[in-house]
Amino acid sequence: MRISDAFHHKPLLIAYICAGDPSPAATPELVKRISEAGADIIELGLPHSDPVADGPTIQESSQRAIVAGMNTDTYFEVVSAAKVEIPKIFMGYYNMIYARGLEKFASDCARSGINGVIVPDLPPEEAEPLKIACQNHGVDLIFLAAPNTPQHRLERIVDQTSGFLYLVARPGVTGVRSDLLDDTKNLIARVPDGIPKAVGFGISTPEQAAEIVSAGADAVIVGSACVDLIAKGKLAELEDLIRKMKLAIEIAEKRKIPTVC
Amino acid sequence: MSGQIVYDINTKFGKYGGRFVPETLRQPLEELASAYEHLKHNDKFLSEYDFFLRDFAGRPTPLYFAKSLSRELGRKIYLKREDLVHGGAHKLNNTLGQALVAKQMGKTRLIAETGAGQHGVATAIVGACLSFETQVYMGEVDIERQKMNVFRMELLGADVIPVRSGSRTLKDAINEAFRDWSANYENTHYLLGTAAGPHPFPTMVRDFQSIIGKETREQILRAEGRLPDSIVACVGGGSNAIGIYAPFLQDKVELIAVEAGGQGIGKTNKTAENGASLNCGTNGILHGALTKILQDPYGQILESYSIAAGLDYPGVGPELAYLAEMGRVQPTMADDKIALKGFKALSQLEGIIPALESAHAVGYTLDSPEILGDLAIINISGRGDKDLATVMAHENF
Ligand SMILES: Cc1ncc(COP(=O)(O)O)c(C=O)c1O
Repeated sequence: MRISDAFHHKPLLIAYICAGDPSPAATPELVKRISEAGADIIELGLPHSDPVADGPTIQESSQRAIVAGMNTDTYFEVVSAAKVEIPKIFMGYYNMIYARGLEKFASDCARSGINGVIVPDLPPEEAEPLKIACQNHGVDLIFLAAPNTPQHRLERIVDQTSGFLYLVARPGVTGVRSDLLDDTKNLIARVPDGIPKAVGFGISTPEQAAEIVSAGADAVIVGSACVDLIAKGKLAELEDLIRKMKLAIEIAEKRKIPTVC
Repeated sequence: MSGQIVYDINTKFGKYGGRFVPETLRQPLEELASAYEHLKHNDKFLSEYDFFLRDFAGRPTPLYFAKSLSRELGRKIYLKREDLVHGGAHKLNNTLGQALVAKQMGKTRLIAETGAGQHGVATAIVGACLSFETQVYMGEVDIERQKMNVFRMELLGADVIPVRSGSRTLKDAINEAFRDWSANYENTHYLLGTAAGPHPFPTMVRDFQSIIGKETREQILRAEGRLPDSIVACVGGGSNAIGIYAPFLQDKVELIAVEAGGQGIGKTNKTAENGASLNCGTNGILHGALTKILQDPYGQILESYSIAAGLDYPGVGPELAYLAEMGRVQPTMADDKIALKGFKALSQLEGIIPALESAHAVGYTLDSPEILGDLAIINISGRGDKDLATVMAHENF
């Protein structure tokens, strides 16, 4: 399924896991369970030695995956083996892509059923070559915007992104946090119409997810909370979290007061 | 020698440099770049910087004719004495400049990374002198190796925050500082310690360190009536090197960059046995810039190695990567043994104990005097007191 098709049935729950944690062999089954529990898109992180946008949870997960033998070759094998209906998205740092070669990377993505690519340390200003490679292979390149992104730049990013726009919920790095800022809601409101908005970074509870959807997001991304439960081996709780978050955002969507045009 | 050196005044040196950073860091970098762009032409700012360089840091530092070393090598050798800068290394030139920029920007807190502890100490010094709250990220491994500098930083009122992620060394301390900055940029300046990282750091750090080269140029012209044939500097991230090279880029002066050869050039799976990114590295992205880095074929960053903690870094500033590619800078290496030889030689010949980092530059001249020409300058980037325990622990010394 293409990412844009997935957004026909809003709101979406996007789950992130680090591929290869706890082991490369375990990843396809995990993806399947997360999909069956109700996630609409799965983001698969390629672990990097220096994940500068990530907090301790994903750092440690990346480290475990690398030790468990994850590299870019195994990544694409594992992702190909994860046969699910929902879109799969690559998430990883630019040096890993650069080292592989942009064209080879994009074609590997297409071959292993990856529909979109998120690169947290690649701003639009540096992204032209990867964008061309992704376009050649029909893969969306998804850009990020943050609460401190100025409006003129936000509009440029919206022009560049494809699939959806990833809104970073808060300053700082990924990780579970309890507070949600007004800035996040402002950011959602600042995005021009016409592009689906997915909010991530620090969202871990059904309540937060509902709040984000009520504020106008089309999708919620949950990462560290999933990674944390996988680290603890609590897979039943992981499925439960996915189910509850999905339910929470669906209720929030229904409760939205229809605006009169 | 090569063609004209041309810079894209935006963010790059040829294809090197740039700003490969998470979106949240974009705005803090923009604000820093525009504040710096404005201040570097501001007379009041410049005279304040000059004042602190002179009365606090102790500049200008001498360019000293090394008589015995000259005799030993059969040519004239001068030493640029950055070991005499307050704090014991060139690092303060940069921390003073950046701290004054941070003051103007209204920041109240400084964060920094440190490997050897020299940059951490230089940041702690300006933090105390200019009244900032100061926190220094330092890998657990380095904290163990450099206990004395940890104590110095704490004495100066800074908090040292142990970094337990990744290889628990300098590169991870930089990651941690960027993470902190992305959450706290509103009141915090990230005082990066070398001419690496995303724009504007490589440019700004080079400018603040180029005081070394400006003084050197005047001093050598006064002493010898001509420019030197060569300038030798050690390279970790590249700040002391680019600082002394900068005013000579358009001249017929050989610029020799000595990287840490460590224990050799073999690369195992996870570690490079050296810190020689210009010599052994390949193009890649580390800490926000495209540059030469030590990495595995998949793009995982390797752990570097050097006896000198300040050269123990798997990347290098983008400007040096560019100048090396253009053929304007000659990348070379000195391994641990040669560095120890340089350490001992300068101590005994000249009565100057160099930092182990600077000892790489000295050692290189002992090993390859021919390429120096008749008149050479070695940048003694720091003094060696911090390294005595390391050197004592080394066998066969
Ligand atoms: C005395 C000294 N020289 C050189 C270096 C290397 O840094 P750079 O290459 O930025 O000059 C360090 C770093 O800690 C240092 O302490």
